[in-house]
Amino acid sequence: MRPFTYERAATAKDAAARAARTPGAKFIAGGTNLLDLMKIEVETPAHLIDVNGLGFDRIEPTADGGLRIGALVRNTDLAADMRVRRDYALLSRALVAGASGQLRNKATTAGNLLQRTRCPYFYDTNQPCNKRKPGSGCAAIGGFSRPLGVIGVSEECIATHPSDMAIAMRALDATVETVKPDGTARSVPIADLHRLPGTTPQIETALDDGELITAVTLPKPIGGTHIYHKVRDRASYAFALVSIGAIIQKDGSGRVAVGGIAPKPWRVEAAEAAMPGGARAVADGLLAGARPTQENGFKLTLVERTLGAVMAQARA
Amino acid sequence: MRFIINEHSIEADVDVRTSLLDLLRDHLGLTGTKKGCNQGACGACTVLVDGERINSCLALAVQYQDREILTIEGLGTIGDLHPLQAAFIEYDGFQCGYCTPGQICSAVAMIGEIRRGLPSALTEDLALEQIGFSEDEIRERMSGNLCRCGAYNGIIEAIRATYAEESAQEREAAA
Repeated sequence: MRPFTYERAATAKDAAARAARTPGAKFIAGGTNLLDLMKIEVETPAHLIDVNGLGFDRIEPTADGGLRIGALVRNTDLAADMRVRRDYALLSRALVAGASGQLRNKATTAGNLLQRTRCPYFYDTNQPCNKRKPGSGCAAIGGFSRPLGVIGVSEECIATHPSDMAIAMRALDATVETVKPDGTARSVPIADLHRLPGTTPQIETALDDGELITAVTLPKPIGGTHIYHKVRDRASYAFALVSIGAIIQKDGSGRVAVGGIAPKPWRVEAAEAAMPGGARAVADGLLAGARPTQENGFKLTLVERTLGAVMAQARA
Repeated sequence: MRFIINEHSIEADVDVRTSLLDLLRDHLGLTGTKKGCNQGACGACTVLVDGERINSCLALAVQYQDREILTIEGLGTIGDLHPLQAAFIEYDGFQCGYCTPGQICSAVAMIGEIRRGLPSALTEDLALEQIGFSEDEIRERMSGNLCRCGAYNGIIEAIRATYAEESAQEREAAA
């Protein structure tokens, strides 16, 4: 691990300002992903700003009947919260489908959203990777691409976003609250938080330098049947090949977000109009424009079939 | 830096890059906690912090000052085994033993999680505060601890027996 300096932030505004003006600074909260990447020198921050002391560890009702989740609420605590289990069950189910008990105890809400891809070529510093080293090329395209993205990808990068939690947040229309280095706050719809790679896969989010996530807000509950169905290579503690997060109402209408296939939680609102018509029509809309590799074309079929299983479960 | 490890206050001056795992093993001689993958995939380094299980390999020691850290050395001794340690012996919950301290620390916290009603991926009704304690639940909740010898059946039996014994004692105490 490269040397770095370390400080504990006193306030969110101070943390954001210091992060923006300190070269190579990064925030650290749970650290489960960042420290892993620092050990193999994929991440080489010169300075760590520990945000664990900033509070942001509460889950509170909002004025309009929603829920405001502090950025530092641990994945375990969020999944276990009775309000989440009752009104936003999809979020609870997505959380417990991810990682392990040990990791969920450390991982935070904001950190989960900002975790990096698990593309094996991003992790291997001997390989070209446009995300890790812009302009170096992509070893995944034409390489071992079975777990990687099929839609929203580019000629430069086919990495996926690995989060389960983010799939639920996308289906639930969450909003990310931040503080900028100048102290101003803003709200970013979850749909706009993650960027598609295009020609700049190293830029992953809409956040500015130093901008700090303080909370994630959920709108008031919409009812329906909440299902998170994750398909993976082993029964537990593995990343998704495909995952479906769905909220389905009694009349068959609903929302679907898909994990494991794209650089961001994948949702196409226009495709959801076809929900009462069955999985094929929805999958066609969700996957229009997909560009699978030879190794991961199976994901297109898997999305449709997993969605079909989810819709059947909702009807049952 | 000051740490609270197995109820002892300990001063240690370490580089900020030091993981909690390396602090325990290399600086304090507490080698019961094991380094397996060193990347959060195997669970051999599991310790308890304020009663919760974490991977100590993915923790910077500097972030864990003044927290209550419990390692396998603090859980029991050869003369006074923790019930789960005794059960691992009785039910052959290990072969080479390398993953065992992590398995035991993880299981101690996992039993607490079930008692607190934390849901898992197998929980059917999230509204229920009481969580069932089945073999499948144990497998799911212990999936962060790998055993390359494949002693899983013994591990699960040891955890089941310990949980049953604890529950019986609680019922007795309540009655």
